[in-house]
Amino acid sequence: MSNIDKNQFVKKSMVLSALSLALGLSIYVDASVAGDFPTAKVNTTGLSVTDDVVKVGILHSATGTMAISETGSIQAEKLAIAQINEAGGVLGRKIEVIQEDGASDWPTFAEKSKKLLENDKVATVFGCWTSASRKAALPVFEKDNGLLFYPTFYEGLEQSKNVFYTGQEATQQILAGLDWIAKEKKAKTFYLIGSDYIWPRTSMKIARKHIEQHLGGTVVGEEYVALGDTQFGSVINKIKLKKPDVIYAAVVGGSNVAWFKQLNAAGLNAKKQNMLTISVTEDEVLGIGGENLEGFYSAMKYFQSLKNPNNDKFVAEFKKAYGEKAVIGDVTQAAYLGPWLWKAAVERAGSFDVDKAVAALPGYELSTAPEGYVKVDPNHHLLSKLRIGQWRKDGQADMVYESGLINPDPFPKGYQ
Amino acid sequence: MFGYSMEEVGNIVVMQGFSGLSLFSVLLLMALGLAIIFGQMGVINMAHGEFMTVGAYTTVFLSKMAVEFDIVNSYFIFAIIAAFILAFFIGYFVEYALIRHLYKRPLDTLLATWGLSLVMQQIFRSTFGAKEVSAELPEWLLGSFKPTPDIDIPINGVFVMGLALIVTVGVYLFMFRSRGGLRIRATVQNRMMAGAVGINTQKVDRLTFALGCGIAGVAGAAFTTIASTGPTTGSLYIVDSFMVVVFGGAASLMGTIASAFGIAQAQSILQFFMTSSMGKVSTLMTIVIILMMRPEGLFASKVRK
Repeated sequence: MSNIDKNQFVKKSMVLSALSLALGLSIYVDASVAGDFPTAKVNTTGLSVTDDVVKVGILHSATGTMAISETGSIQAEKLAIAQINEAGGVLGRKIEVIQEDGASDWPTFAEKSKKLLENDKVATVFGCWTSASRKAALPVFEKDNGLLFYPTFYEGLEQSKNVFYTGQEATQQILAGLDWIAKEKKAKTFYLIGSDYIWPRTSMKIARKHIEQHLGGTVVGEEYVALGDTQFGSVINKIKLKKPDVIYAAVVGGSNVAWFKQLNAAGLNAKKQNMLTISVTEDEVLGIGGENLEGFYSAMKYFQSLKNPNNDKFVAEFKKAYGEKAVIGDVTQAAYLGPWLWKAAVERAGSFDVDKAVAALPGYELSTAPEGYVKVDPNHHLLSKLRIGQWRKDGQADMVYESGLINPDPFPKGYQ
Repeated sequence: MFGYSMEEVGNIVVMQGFSGLSLFSVLLLMALGLAIIFGQMGVINMAHGEFMTVGAYTTVFLSKMAVEFDIVNSYFIFAIIAAFILAFFIGYFVEYALIRHLYKRPLDTLLATWGLSLVMQQIFRSTFGAKEVSAELPEWLLGSFKPTPDIDIPINGVFVMGLALIVTVGVYLFMFRSRGGLRIRATVQNRMMAGAVGINTQKVDRLTFALGCGIAGVAGAAFTTIASTGPTTGSLYIVDSFMVVVFGGAASLMGTIASAFGIAQAQSILQFFMTSSMGKVSTLMTIVIILMMRPEGLFASKVRK
């Protein structure tokens, strides 16, 4: 989207949201009675909404390489939907889920989006995980005017009328974290390492600019490893030679496990080396092993160990649904927000129509989020806090820092 | 030198030399099982990585048991043996049920074993869950060994190196110093004649395939110390394994060893001086060029054409 488009869009959606807010408030009395919202009125675009059921889609990879990461998101979205149904549904209608499998294959995501939007006529979709899958599905959502809630923290540089991004865009995850470690550890030299694809590369570009221009530090090495590479011997030796104050890491998948195991075996543990990573959540710790992570830092907006009443309740119910051993990572929590935000959008709009729901959501404040208070920005991302967690051996993190609310800025000036 | 003291450079040379050797043993262990199956039987086993995953999950499973019975410090050796036995028998069964029907159709075995790898991945996912797991490792496998305060030699690297040595010597002794190996070599050289002198060639095939799979299981078990265990872990290794076998020349054990050594040293050195992904690309480029000049690989077996 060009800047002009974006401005027009923001203006338009602000006007629309103001209008619908005024309208919505006047008719919004009690959402639990479907009779107050006759189907003909709340659904003028032919979505699959009846007097008592509304259909929504879940589109993640349940099979293939990405199933490792996406399973948690599916679980969280289903939990939220079950809770919403228990509390009376949306505009008095129960949510019925149609789940499709993206199978870790990007064209399949586009295919299944088309199926959900054109055949099933779902009112909204919760789904996609990798940027590649989102980029593949996006044209379908824009063409069919569908609605997508996307949970993953990602590289930014995108803003679509048809998507709400419930994870952090890059600057929300990176800047405050670097500020913290530069101050806390008096770090001057940084070694950047990431897997070789768009998210780490964009993130490291932002990190490098921030380190060089705002923190007065130097980047002594910037390194990308091929996806799936499991051999880090040479990279670790380079790091030993350069002796950076901080390693800033965004390695993913199987490589991530190998990276931490080999780092620890090479004697670079947290006693000797500071590391801040943006790619380790509680989910990854299962594979890496707490003993290999102990003492290192992660920058995320959510950790399972977060102490607040919302989160206590969320963790308890998640474990009740998926077992005592289930862990909750950053993205899982962001995925959990999707259904609640959609419910709010529909109820504020008093309609399931995508245009009206989209217009009604910006400005909405969700105070029941496990991560605490979040607010939907007109640019379709969430205002959220950044937290730094220090990993313990048992796979949970101790919170060592919490920022204020950070505005989302998917097109950061001076960082591109 | 380049702003670093001689001592620093010396330390790095030592550690870098070690990481090259460690990569060599990883590649060798990965590729040995595949080399036996491909070299001796001409079967392209695309499910090789999944047999490694069988070994890895065996280790993880046993480590959970070991934690319960409090024998974490000693279970790992048994896990490796168990991984070998389990992968061996699965391989034995796969040969019986699938491979033996496809010997005359090499492209079909490729497709069939690829299908098998997908099926196995989904079985892992359904049984053990989609998320990655990690084995509880004994204390003596963790951390590093320090000859001087500034040199760290990873213990898991030494372990993998030792295991690669044992397995390679074992394979050599089996192939060239035992009756079983003699039968395998005879079958490879001339199947009809081997059959005529009373060797049950079908049984030999089954044992060869199972042996290759068993060694893959051992590799998988060993790699839990340095990398990940998940349903798709096997796919991380398959490309490197094939690279080593093809580059070495299909039918030769020596070729596999030489090729693993060459690739490991090239990759390790290039990754030190370039970035990691560029190092890997350059290694691949070099291999492609050498294969263009020597299509049979480094050590081609001499055959009359």
